[in-house]
Amino acid sequence: MKESVKELNTAEKYVEFFRKNQPVISEGDPAYLLQLREKAIGLFEAEGFPPKKQENYRYTHLEPWFGKEFARYFRERKIAFDIDDLFSCDIPSLETRILMILNGFFYSNGQKGLTELDNGIIYGSLREATRRYPELVGQYLGKNAEMEHEPFVALNTAFAQDGIFLFVPGNQHLEHPIQIIHLLLSDTDQMVQHRNLFIAGKNSRADIIICDHTLSPHMFLTNSVTEIYAEENADVDIIRLQNEHNSSFQVTNTWINQERNARSRHSTITLHGGMVRNNLHVKLQGEGAHTEALGLFLIDKKQHVDNFTVIEHRQPHCTSHQQFKGVLDDDATGVFNGKIQVFQDAQKTEAYQSNNNILLTDTARMHTKPQLVIHADDVKCSHGATVGQLDEEALFYLRSRGISVEESRLLLMYAFANDVISRIKEPALKNRISHLVEKRLRGELSRCNCCRMQCQD
Amino acid sequence: MLLKIRDLRVSVEDKEILKGIDLEVNPGEVHAIMGPNGSGKSTLASALVGKDYFQITHGKIDYEGKNLMELSPEDRAREGIFLGFQYPVEIPGVSMVNFLRTAVNELRKYRGEEPLAAGDFLKLMREKKQIVEIDSDLTSRSVNEGFSGGEKKKNEIFQMALLNPKLAILDETDSGLDIDALRIVANGVNKLRRPDNAIIVITHYQRLLEYIIPDFVHILYKGRIVKSGDKNLAVELEKHGYDWIKQELDVEAKLSE
Ligand SMILES: Nc1ncnc2c1ncn2[C@@H]1O[C@H](COP(=O)(O)OP(=O)(O)OP(=O)(O)O)[C@@H](O)[C@H]1O
Ligand SMILES: [Mg+2]
Repeated sequence: MKESVKELNTAEKYVEFFRKNQPVISEGDPAYLLQLREKAIGLFEAEGFPPKKQENYRYTHLEPWFGKEFARYFRERKIAFDIDDLFSCDIPSLETRILMILNGFFYSNGQKGLTELDNGIIYGSLREATRRYPELVGQYLGKNAEMEHEPFVALNTAFAQDGIFLFVPGNQHLEHPIQIIHLLLSDTDQMVQHRNLFIAGKNSRADIIICDHTLSPHMFLTNSVTEIYAEENADVDIIRLQNEHNSSFQVTNTWINQERNARSRHSTITLHGGMVRNNLHVKLQGEGAHTEALGLFLIDKKQHVDNFTVIEHRQPHCTSHQQFKGVLDDDATGVFNGKIQVFQDAQKTEAYQSNNNILLTDTARMHTKPQLVIHADDVKCSHGATVGQLDEEALFYLRSRGISVEESRLLLMYAFANDVISRIKEPALKNRISHLVEKRLRGELSRCNCCRMQCQD
Repeated sequence: MLLKIRDLRVSVEDKEILKGIDLEVNPGEVHAIMGPNGSGKSTLASALVGKDYFQITHGKIDYEGKNLMELSPEDRAREGIFLGFQYPVEIPGVSMVNFLRTAVNELRKYRGEEPLAAGDFLKLMREKKQIVEIDSDLTSRSVNEGFSGGEKKKNEIFQMALLNPKLAILDETDSGLDIDALRIVANGVNKLRRPDNAIIVITHYQRLLEYIIPDFVHILYKGRIVKSGDKNLAVELEKHGYDWIKQELDVEAKLSE
């Protein structure tokens, strides 16, 4: 009898790996979480990774990245480092509450895992929240981020053990923005999958800043999910600053669910990263909801950034505004795929999308694709995409006033980027990001402005 | 001598536009260049500031004893050459203040001077604004963005005032200006005249030359300077139009046959 030994493909390896490590991964999980993981791994097993050239991943084939050798740890490892020595990611004159995630686990730095304020606001470790507030968390976790046909969400749901939890009850405002710093720091190439859950109750307000950083020169692969709920008339502002080194690969999955008259704004500023895929999925579930999605990336060398957005207009009178911009140098490649989906009942929808890109070399490439799927008749939708070079006439005008070519180019690139930055409403943060973008354009931000370690580029 | 142009020939995409220009400009002089549309006036200005769209196929441009053609556009500006553009370009997102401060400080750096502190720069700007009576609001906007035609022209002279050039070339700075603005701009230019700098004004109208009185008037026609004279040449031209020149040239052409 011949026994054929079948070579496992990448997806199957993940499934097998999950089964083997399940006891550790789900140690202490409440029942609802155990079930969620089971469902997730089942869906992932059924679907696997998106095949090459699959429509939504046409220019970013992720399976090979996920097939690389990475260490995966399901228990928090003690990594010795002095946070003050390595890190000074401050935003001058802006008071924030800093929460850290180190290699996928909440890093308490001697503080409590969960902070519970008198007004009912809770923030801290998601892992701890799943245990301490099973009802609350169970009501939301995995209810927005879809797993069917979303293998990266499914994979994350099966494996994720920790991340940040934020709950702002109805009528409460987060007094200071929460700043979440995702740190990757290891002694080996490593893969990390963490999960965030933000809930903004009725009439509440929350500002959140997320910073993605690498602090050691190892290869990193991150597959993270952030679920956000904005209940009726809530106002949520999220800024994500991506600043990882060039041998880091990152897939972010952000799912925003908005009820009636809720407002959200999600900005992704990508300063650095080897390969970045950002999936942003917004569901406008209630009438009159409004969302703004902003994106800016500045890439060079062989960097690759792919912004994929889906905005679902499910109810009437919702508005959405998307603005994505990219500056590409050297052999960098960029992708923008923006889908606006207007459901049958969503009359009086207003949906706008623009994508503008500047290629600084002949070898940089940008793929841009708007997708409008409209099933209502009374809607206003528009989209526009451009891929171009710096304006030669403008460049000459600046030079004719004595400004060097380099400085002139910089002024124009900065002006281009500033369109997005100027929409950031908090002035201190706007200044900070503006400063980082300028440094990035000047080439002074080789890896991470905040990191004092001089690692490889 | 400040500027000496010898037999300058310039082409665009293999089409010869300037067919041998000779011009000499001394410090303290004002030269006016007139000529019908498409005769090559702006092309001459572009060649002087180093726009690489135009190919200089022949000739020499000497500026303060230096071969101008070897200098980059920014170095020409740093050496004191200024062009007031016929069509100033709009640059959304680049603020006027940032642009002007960068330009002023690049010039200072070139001369080995310290950059101006923000406060000193604003003071300088306020002072120079008065020369062309420019609206305060304009300097808080992006470069030329949404400026009216006249405002763009005023803005060019404002920049000239800030950069203080040795050789200013003003390409149709008068077109698009209303009567009052014309007077203000012309007076502004006069205030910037000094014994050690020179101005080349390109214009279609004698009216400007009533304010900025030229020492020489040149007529550029089909890529050549076909006639030079004093300020009265402009008056003649205004009276008779270009047909007068054309006829004269035709007669000459016939005679030389
Ligand atoms: N970028 C260009 N490409 C092709 N032809 C050009 C270009 N720039 C100028 N020309 C041509 O060169 C000739 C001279 O143009 P120029 O702008 O120098 O004329 P001008 O004397 O300044 O005219 P006007 O009085 O209308 O401003 C014209 O025939 C014009 O069409
Ligand atoms: Mg012209």
